[in-house]
Amino acid sequence: MKYNNFNEIRNILFNSSVGIAGLGGLGSNAAVSLARAGIGRLVLIDFDIIEEENLSRQYYFLDQIGKSKVEAIEENIKRINPEIELELHKLELKKGSMSELFSNVDVIIEALDDAKIKTEFIEEILLTLPNKSIVSASGVTGYGNSDRLETKKLGKLYLCYDAKALSSEDDMLYAPRVCLIANWEANLAIEILLDESQ
Amino acid sequence: MTIEVNGRKIDWIENESVTKLLKRMKYTFPLVVVKINNEIVLRSDFKIKVIPDNSNIDVIHMISGG
Repeated sequence: MKYNNFNEIRNILFNSSVGIAGLGGLGSNAAVSLARAGIGRLVLIDFDIIEEENLSRQYYFLDQIGKSKVEAIEENIKRINPEIELELHKLELKKGSMSELFSNVDVIIEALDDAKIKTEFIEEILLTLPNKSIVSASGVTGYGNSDRLETKKLGKLYLCYDAKALSSEDDMLYAPRVCLIANWEANLAIEILLDESQ
Repeated sequence: MTIEVNGRKIDWIENESVTKLLKRMKYTFPLVVVKINNEIVLRSDFKIKVIPDNSNIDVIHMISGG
């Protein structure tokens, strides 16, 4: 840690911005953590509405079922920290235009669900925004095995990664592991913001 | 005449494509991000991109869930 002064860190974070692609288990929890940490501006993108089964791991509440995730996350973040500037987009990221909304954020968090879209998103960001740091995650499903998680740094790509995780579309998603990885991503984003502000 | 794949040193083979290397390494995951000497290789180029000698290759597999 290069900073000793809490106020200095707070100012840097408040003058920083993070973009999050997807507001499911990873994105909603990462967004709330970053809001609590005092990131000044969040760009949040998701096309979906909240369903009851989402409540097992996503940062939403029973009375928000049926609402769009962007609308609900705005309500929840405003209840925690109304100072934060939120830029919300209710849309589905499409190949070829995925990076457009992230050109003016400092760090991007990939918090998408489907492996194919995750891969396309990473490829597109690395190609079109080569100087931008991107945080991604792979191996979210299941429970336990926290110790297998590691951060892999490949240039500007930071990956919260479980190399031994098996690929199965039937695997269950459980709050402890999803929230662990969501906060791992948020923690990496803060580390990158503070490192890059040196 | 070697390359390093995910930290493991293996022989370099002339004119080997990314697709062939993934097969040789027995990487069967369908969705991977590949970087050669820290440069991203598009999946659409896996069949034509040839692995250079002495290169450092990272293969990351992406799994659904989020």
